[in-house]
Amino acid sequence: MIEVLVFATLNGLVSGLLLFMLASGLTLIFSMMGVLNFAHASFYMLGAYCAYSISLHFGYWTGLVFAPLIVGVLGALVERYGLRRVHKSGHVAELVFTFGLAFLIEELVQLFWGTDTKNYQIPDSLDFALFTLFGQEFSAYRAFMIGIPICIFIGLYHVLTRSRIGIIIQAAITHPHTVANLGHNVPRIFMVVFGVGTALAGLAGVIAGPVLTTFPGMAQVLGSIVFVIVVIGGLGSLSGAFIASLLIGLLQSYAIASDLGMPDLLALLGVEFPRDHPLDDLWTLTLPQIGPVLPFLFLVLVLSFRSTGLMGKRES
Amino acid sequence: MSLLSKRFHLRGVLLAIVLFSGSTSQAQEPVRFAFIDPLSGAFASIGTSALRQLEFAADYYFNSQGGILGGRPIEIVAFDNQQSPTETQLQFRRVLSEDIRIIFQGNSSAVANTLNDAISRYNRRNPNQEILQLNYAAVDPVLTNDNCSFWHFRFDAHAEMKLAVLTDYIAGNEAIESLYIIGQDYSFGRVVADTTVELMAQKRPDVEIVGTEFHPIGQVKDFSPYVTKIASSGADAVLTGNFGADMVSLARSIIDSGLDIPIYTFYAAYDGITATLGEDAKGQVYLVHNEISNPVPTEERKQFTRAFKSAHPSTDVSQPRIINALRMTVAAMEQAQSTDPDAIALALEDMRFVDFSGEEIWMRSDDHQAFQSLYISMHTDEDIEFDADNSGYGLYSIHRAPAEQTLIETSCRMRRPRP
Repeated sequence: MIEVLVFATLNGLVSGLLLFMLASGLTLIFSMMGVLNFAHASFYMLGAYCAYSISLHFGYWTGLVFAPLIVGVLGALVERYGLRRVHKSGHVAELVFTFGLAFLIEELVQLFWGTDTKNYQIPDSLDFALFTLFGQEFSAYRAFMIGIPICIFIGLYHVLTRSRIGIIIQAAITHPHTVANLGHNVPRIFMVVFGVGTALAGLAGVIAGPVLTTFPGMAQVLGSIVFVIVVIGGLGSLSGAFIASLLIGLLQSYAIASDLGMPDLLALLGVEFPRDHPLDDLWTLTLPQIGPVLPFLFLVLVLSFRSTGLMGKRES
Repeated sequence: MSLLSKRFHLRGVLLAIVLFSGSTSQAQEPVRFAFIDPLSGAFASIGTSALRQLEFAADYYFNSQGGILGGRPIEIVAFDNQQSPTETQLQFRRVLSEDIRIIFQGNSSAVANTLNDAISRYNRRNPNQEILQLNYAAVDPVLTNDNCSFWHFRFDAHAEMKLAVLTDYIAGNEAIESLYIIGQDYSFGRVVADTTVELMAQKRPDVEIVGTEFHPIGQVKDFSPYVTKIASSGADAVLTGNFGADMVSLARSIIDSGLDIPIYTFYAAYDGITATLGEDAKGQVYLVHNEISNPVPTEERKQFTRAFKSAHPSTDVSQPRIINALRMTVAAMEQAQSTDPDAIALALEDMRFVDFSGEEIWMRSDDHQAFQSLYISMHTDEDIEFDADNSGYGLYSIHRAPAEQTLIETSCRMRRPRP
């Protein structure tokens, strides 16, 4: 039992922190521009594919450095020449723009790289078991997947709260017009934030690609869950996104690890239904089965009790 | 040299067909087949590779040889259903409006069941305009049992047939004392789990089923939580019906966690899966299928594979069953001298056909289920003549169950159109 708990926690950390890398960028973009960037997970996919191609010729570590840069520059270009033009037409147009962009990126990825699963592998230098606990290995790469996002969280937090640009970004989140009136180039701040946000998504793709497989559906799998995290954490709150990501990651991991379900509840209540009961599907439902729905349930709960999310400040 | 000339020859014939149909008013009308499968979305790779094989087989066997039914070319018209039953309904409407009456479909039993229902309903309401469903890969047993239809033919062995062979093989391995079953949470995944539990109880009651797990299809980003459960259950082997990204992620997670237990699967090969599994999965991943990959049994198969590889270097002949489906259907057309689904269906019934691997395929008329030898193959790089994904790795067949051993009774009570 204890081994399941330990590994469920580690797995939850890995997937939670991965989600955080996506959510951190998204929450900043969302809060600054008021735009839900539907294409955010597509940049994650783009990161994985770029890194795959680079790793074929120059190895994994080159991909780790350059793929996020490429994705970040692409993101900044999208903001500069796409979103900024659409911005005049209002939020709905921006929303539709990013929605279309998500499809466009997915199609382009399939056009360039094909529809097959890509053989993107973890680097040899991290391909060993870090430790073996209760007969199960925990690979060094997974530890790496925990380490990188934590460094990013610390770094981003530092920049946002301590540096000058961070303070301007913070101000632009809550008082965009005042910041503009003070003479700061708010559009450029937007572009930088968008670029950095997409670069982070790209980095997440580079790191996750070898473990969670690089295939054309990888954006879809993560897409909706990232929005859930951003809303649960509270708009624009980096700490909120961090906490929400970990919560969701652990919640899903524990749900899968547990074997509890309706049969246990019914047994506890002393109720029994025949196998051919019309609601048999309901009576045999288990926690692992509904694991993927839990984040959405959690979202509904959080929103109904605290509409700003866990750490959100601004009522929008 | 011979490959080059063959390609040139093929192109020449195609060109001739185009010129011919363009220059004369009495052009031979093509025989059109619809292909409905995912060509975009999470499962696009399976659909696109099947389409390439179908199109190639049509050109290789028929169009380059002067067509069928006295010179008519075959035309494959592809429809993308993104593997969604709802989208399939829409695409089915499009097939009808295109006036195509024969449909190839394979991926996802949920889609096959939807299509089967839609076609049955349509055929009841539109006598003499029937539609024929050629199922080359959806393996939910219900399609040739309780929900069987005169208008549906299956060219792949269904899940119970495959599992009968697979559980025989597992039962024969004394080292296996416990088994973990994991699958996608939909009709096929559940059939695999239920049937395995039932068959193992008969064949090896001492083998403990230490876990039966279902996960949402195409939604799991990380399989390590599941692998943690498998590891802590102490299972000696894992059995799964997963396909696509769900298959490769699961296998990779098991291997990455250092669990050195055999993984018995249906679909752990091709379309990038073999390359991604690579060295780590060698001798650990097995699959049951209705074809032999290596050792390559016949010269015909070798030539076909080489010709295919020269036309599509990045794809493999991964689904000979779609090629068999096409060739048997054309054989039925030639026999009936008709493109009428009714006549084709009657000609397909009880047909015996030898495929390019030298295997005889028998289409049982009771339920329209094809029977042929089933194989269990292993993921390896030893003695592989034709690899998958150009990776050097491929499937080596280690166990053969002859067709007579795969015969399973059917509960099908088929409603036939006319006496």
